Amino acid sequence: MTKIKTLADLERIKNEMRSDKDLNGSQDNSENAVRIKVGMGTSGIASGARDVMDFLTEALEKRNIEAVVSQTGDMGYSYAEPTIEVRKPGQKPVVFGYVDVKKADLIIEKYIKLGEEVEGIIPVNYQTIDD
Amino acid sequence: MNKIKLTIDNKQIEVEKGTTIYKAAKELGIYIPVLCYMNLEGLNIENKPGGCRICVVEVEGRNNLAPSCSTDVWEGMVVNTHSMRVINARRTVMEFILSDHPKDCLTCAKSGNCDLQDMAVKLGVREIPGQEYAEMSTYKIDFSPSIIRDLDKCIMCRRCEMMCNDFQTVGALSAFNRGFEAAVGPAFEMELEDSTCTYCGQCVAVCPTGALTEKDHTRDVINALSDPTKKVVVQTAPAVRAALGEEFGMEPGTLVTGKMVSALRRLGFDYVFDTDFAADLTIMEEGTELLDRLTKYLGGDKEVKLPILTSCCPAWVSFFEHYFPEMKDIPSTARSPQQMFGAIAKTYFADKISTKREDLVVVSIMPCLAKKYEAQRDEFKVDGNPDVDFSISTRELAHLIKEANLDLNILPDEDFDKPLGESSGAGVIFGTTGGVIEAAVRTAYELHTGKKLEKLDFEQLRGFEAIRKATVDFDGTPINIGIAHGLGHARKLLDEIKAGKSEFHAIEIMACPGGCIGGGGQPLHHSDTSILKARAEAIYREDAGKPIRKSHENPYILKLYEEFLGKPMSEKSHHLLHTAYFDKSRKIEIS
Amino acid sequence: MTNLGGSKMSQHKQIRIALNNCGVIDPENIKEYIARDGYLALGKCLTEMKPEDIIREIKDSGLRGRGGGGFPAGLKWEIAAKNQADQKYVVCNADEGDPGAFMDRSILEGDPHAVLEAMAICGYSMGATKGLIYIRAEYPLAIERLKIAIEQAREFGLLGKNLFGTDFEFDIEIRYGAGAFVCGEETALIHSMEGLRGEPTIKPPYPAESGYFGKPTNVNNVETYANVPIILRKGANWFNKIGTEKSKGTKVFALAGKIKNVGLVEVPMGTTLREVIYEIGGGIENDKKFKAVQTGGPSGGCLTEKHLDTPIDFDNLVQAGSMMGSGGMIVMDEDNCMVSVAKFYLEFTVEESCGKCSPCRIGNKRLYELLDRITQGKGEMEDLKRLRNMSNVIKDTSLCGLGQTSPNPVLSTLDNFYDEYVAHVVDKKCIAGQCKDLMTYFVIEENCVGCTACARVCPVGAITGEKKEVHYINPEICIKCGACEERCKFDAIIVK
Repeated sequence: MTKIKTLADLERIKNEMRSDKDLNGSQDNSENAVRIKVGMGTSGIASGARDVMDFLTEALEKRNIEAVVSQTGDMGYSYAEPTIEVRKPGQKPVVFGYVDVKKADLIIEKYIKLGEEVEGIIPVNYQTIDD
Repeated sequence: MNKIKLTIDNKQIEVEKGTTIYKAAKELGIYIPVLCYMNLEGLNIENKPGGCRICVVEVEGRNNLAPSCSTDVWEGMVVNTHSMRVINARRTVMEFILSDHPKDCLTCAKSGNCDLQDMAVKLGVREIPGQEYAEMSTYKIDFSPSIIRDLDKCIMCRRCEMMCNDFQTVGALSAFNRGFEAAVGPAFEMELEDSTCTYCGQCVAVCPTGALTEKDHTRDVINALSDPTKKVVVQTAPAVRAALGEEFGMEPGTLVTGKMVSALRRLGFDYVFDTDFAADLTIMEEGTELLDRLTKYLGGDKEVKLPILTSCCPAWVSFFEHYFPEMKDIPSTARSPQQMFGAIAKTYFADKISTKREDLVVVSIMPCLAKKYEAQRDEFKVDGNPDVDFSISTRELAHLIKEANLDLNILPDEDFDKPLGESSGAGVIFGTTGGVIEAAVRTAYELHTGKKLEKLDFEQLRGFEAIRKATVDFDGTPINIGIAHGLGHARKLLDEIKAGKSEFHAIEIMACPGGCIGGGGQPLHHSDTSILKARAEAIYREDAGKPIRKSHENPYILKLYEEFLGKPMSEKSHHLLHTAYFDKSRKIEIS
Repeated sequence: MTNLGGSKMSQHKQIRIALNNCGVIDPENIKEYIARDGYLALGKCLTEMKPEDIIREIKDSGLRGRGGGGFPAGLKWEIAAKNQADQKYVVCNADEGDPGAFMDRSILEGDPHAVLEAMAICGYSMGATKGLIYIRAEYPLAIERLKIAIEQAREFGLLGKNLFGTDFEFDIEIRYGAGAFVCGEETALIHSMEGLRGEPTIKPPYPAESGYFGKPTNVNNVETYANVPIILRKGANWFNKIGTEKSKGTKVFALAGKIKNVGLVEVPMGTTLREVIYEIGGGIENDKKFKAVQTGGPSGGCLTEKHLDTPIDFDNLVQAGSMMGSGGMIVMDEDNCMVSVAKFYLEFTVEESCGKCSPCRIGNKRLYELLDRITQGKGEMEDLKRLRNMSNVIKDTSLCGLGQTSPNPVLSTLDNFYDEYVAHVVDKKCIAGQCKDLMTYFVIEENCVGCTACARVCPVGAITGEKKEVHYINPEICIKCGACEERCKFDAIIVK
């Protein structure tokens, strides 16, 4: 890695990453991938987020669904841990709470594959600095 | 000049910037009560952790009360030291402190001499609400050879910790535990004996309560004195006579040599002798050793170890054994006067009075607590029988005298017994910083040059400065002399020697501020350092009034060599009057 | 009231500034941080701004310390900048210790680079080249992610020498705390980092004058730093339009206790307690009755129904008898005994006092003992006066912030729930039913069928009664273990 020496260097990395606007899976810029973030703060992990993440990674591959699974920090919904955010191609991201392995399976089979609703969606309740 | 105007209790005052409220108030004659705060003026020792919160005052514009000991004044500050808010707070805090303090004042060693007790009286505390269900913190009592720690009585003023760490750089004491269980002691709640403690006793000297006291040997002394099969000999260190009077209401600096002798005789000691005699003996041995090393050095001997360091102070000996064991061949091998006395008493003198060693009890009266530890060191015992049986402090002697219904004020002056009671002025000044080296110079100069000293008072060696340097002209040979009192200051000189940068030929080191007159066994100074100075002056006064002022002119010393020892550094001297030092550096294993 | 930086009012009560990247980026991938404009503020500061411009910007933003005290961050930086020294330090206080608080941990776990970037900016503005993060060893994941972040930042040249091609160098080390609450106090924190006993000393001197090893040191907490890069990116004027007149920006709270949506929230200053508890937090668990909300951790106080519409900011909370603290917010319902709540906090303070000053070391212990007696029904009316006096004196005389605030839970419950204290003392009753010693078990005659199950399970033989007849519990013998109530199948035993 060459060191960042100028603002232009910084901009270059940003653009590299920005080609995938939602940051998930910088290496894989496929338009068709499902992007899943797993909330892996201490409380998420303590509630079983690691198992969920392992399951999702494995299951999505086995079931031949193009997907990128990555970790992120605490999403703030401690009461509903583990939490995951799922963004299907071309759609708005959806956050699910109370996700155990069973629920994760349901999310793959129903929400990701069929687009059916799955219980436990946490609506966005904040605005960002860019809003 | 940076002056600040402020108002305290409606009185205006102008003080220098950086002055605390406490000091500014004092200038106005307003004495704000303090407990943890301690200032040893002239010694550069100040303890102000701001922990006890007794000294709080109300400052206009400030939300909470301010600790006056550690709050600097500012321009236009308005202070009230006795508003009801302050008085209520002060008394409530005092109730807190007392609620976690044992109420065994009747049997406490500090009773009547206790800062906490005085403060309770001053603040008029009459009851401690909720005492019946208040939990008290308890600790195991730690009995060391010199010092007893009863942390139930610790009020976390941190004075001892400051003395041990900042002044002595011994580092044996620090705060341990947290919150309600917090107290001060060796790390990992070790016993003092397992720590690097030198038993200098400065922690005891500043402790405002009975948490730190000396190990009391008065009961042992009473037992010995009441045993008809024992002959009991007593020796008194030079600094004792300059301070003992304080315990009987006399002005600091009053010399009570004769009254002390007469009190000891009335207590029943069979022979009342003087450690000063042994101090003269020390000079003969140590002075000869110094000259020996000097002569070799000046003759070009590269092997000779210089500077020579004095070895009279047992806390100092422990200090270098703990912290500078690699330099243990530098100090003089001469034993301390207490131990020289014990060795001579139990051989030479025992023979003279045809008494067996085990039937002779040697008691020493010392301004010192480390002497208790020194007396029980193995190298100073013969078949388990110590050369000095019991070492008691000036304070303990005062108790004994009072217990015997004697009033020192009205006792007649009496003289020490002979032969071990005769001493020179040089022996007397051992009691104050710079005295040992001055005594040594008086003898070494004359022995080295063969000339008589014109002037015996070496003013350049006297004083209270932490580290002093002087050059004495030995008839053309300049001898550089260093003096340090306080182990922290000694450490600086030792570090110089270690780095090969020392300019000195001889160094005197005393562990306590002011030397033995400020020892851990002396009457408590309660932070008044003018007392120490008065004691030092008394010591020099006694020296000036002595007919003999040089150790090598003490006729009984000369007789001792003639009849018994031969000459200084003789084989017999080596056996009885010299010692060896041990590596006591320790690594603490945390299991 | 709350104006969201010129943007149109949103339906959302929350705005995420400090939590901007938290739960969004992969904290172990620096590129994801850069993609969200990470290190842009540092780059701009180093290449386009003078140190004094940065300090002015932070001052203009109105950012106040998020660790509890609320001291203006820009002013702190300015004092440290003005004190000349050969070495200065930037310290991040990550010794989050309030019970139930986890804001700082979440930020470090979710967005560690924001803190590193802010510390470098702070270093540049005050002339420091060394940063230290003091973090409790109980936060292993945060430590791990910080280590990765520091490593990556070094690799990318964002920590180290010649940052952004300038002469400025800055690097960061991690220091571990052993979880002593008082080490969140900045002078105690510095002593702990120096290897000394973690206890506070009197200020002045402030760390900005004489801090780590006697050098000028700026200490801010994690959340304060997390705001800095965004302030510098979006401008002081963007930031200071959020919040109230004297408290700008947002505050992260860790919502806990008897509330439906336990978790992290970040709301603009000026949001009311009601909005946080009911609109964001979803209201009280099991739809019980709201009783109190405790803010500010053990230093804070309990606020009641009447404070629910108070806009949250530094000054309002103090005025209401509590404080902002670092952001713990614990909600209590009708089942919480307020004497027990005060006792709980005092137990914490007694445990966490360093022991240096007598009012905190001993006084808090005495407060705790008295509260304990009251919960046991041994209190007297006189004790309530003593509680207040002791509390006032401890506040008035303690050395550091810990003791100066530790009686707040007692005082605020005395003020707001005095009747509950009186009930404990006079009627020997605990309305909330939490104080075991004040409860009595008894049999509801209509429901008792005389099955003898309760009598058989009672370990002390307090229950008597013939078969198929109503049983009786002797309160003199009963030890209130609750075994009978558990065993009874007919709901015939209740406790009051």
